[in-house]
Amino acid sequence: MHIPTCRETSALLSQTQDRKLTLFERVGLRLHLVVCTGCRQLERQLAFMRSAVKRYLERDDHPPR
Amino acid sequence: MCNGGSNAMADNNSSRADALGVSPGEVEQFRGYLMRYALLQLRDQTSAEDVVQETLLAAVEGGDRFSGKSTVKTWLTGILKHKIIDQVRRQSREQPLLQGEDDERSEADVIDGLFKADGHWQNFPANWGDPGNALENKRFWETFETCARLMPVKTARVFMMREVMELSTEEICKELDITATNCWVMLHRARLSLRECLETKWFGRV
Repeated sequence: MHIPTCRETSALLSQTQDRKLTLFERVGLRLHLVVCTGCRQLERQLAFMRSAVKRYLERDDHPPR
Repeated sequence: MCNGGSNAMADNNSSRADALGVSPGEVEQFRGYLMRYALLQLRDQTSAEDVVQETLLAAVEGGDRFSGKSTVKTWLTGILKHKIIDQVRRQSREQPLLQGEDDERSEADVIDGLFKADGHWQNFPANWGDPGNALENKRFWETFETCARLMPVKTARVFMMREVMELSTEEICKELDITATNCWVMLHRARLSLRECLETKWFGRV
């Protein structure tokens, strides 16, 4: 079993937002995340960024005072 | 006097259309939203203003086509999306994704610069704490806009098609005439660039 590097993991985490990963990729990704704090941060940050784009669009420029 | 009667009926019909939520005043309240949407994708104030203006006009003129099945906002977004895609087609004819080598090469370095030769991070992504707090901060959104603007042109184009217009990889490939792999590589690059920028300019400082 090839456990992906951080670079490969970052690509897999990104692609999770665009396509369904293969079982093999998902297992490798999980194995890496268990041992890597940095990539776990990235996972959370990618999710945050996706929601931030939506929030940016929805944001009210003139909130009631 | 028969004429008077039919006019009154026409007025009735138009006020019914207005009641569905397509009067100029009602579409106008979405201008800010539509502008942010168009500007993120097109990155050009004039083009963005143009497509938004066309959208609002089309909405008011074609108000009778609003079925009331979706919200006015969703309906407007649909019209805007078509107009933006026309613009993106024009942009990508003028700046095709697979040409303009300089830009592409410097973009490829983005990923190389973030990792060591063995695939480990040069600098581990920092802990952003609870990033949700930033969403309430006006200055965070200024940073967000800056970082979006700093993304290289073609990377940003693909990223915004995915995240703002919510097109699938397949749709993006078709529009820009690139392969799926190419698309994923560009989205990876885009997300890591944006992440890096937000961390440097915002989360690293909190």
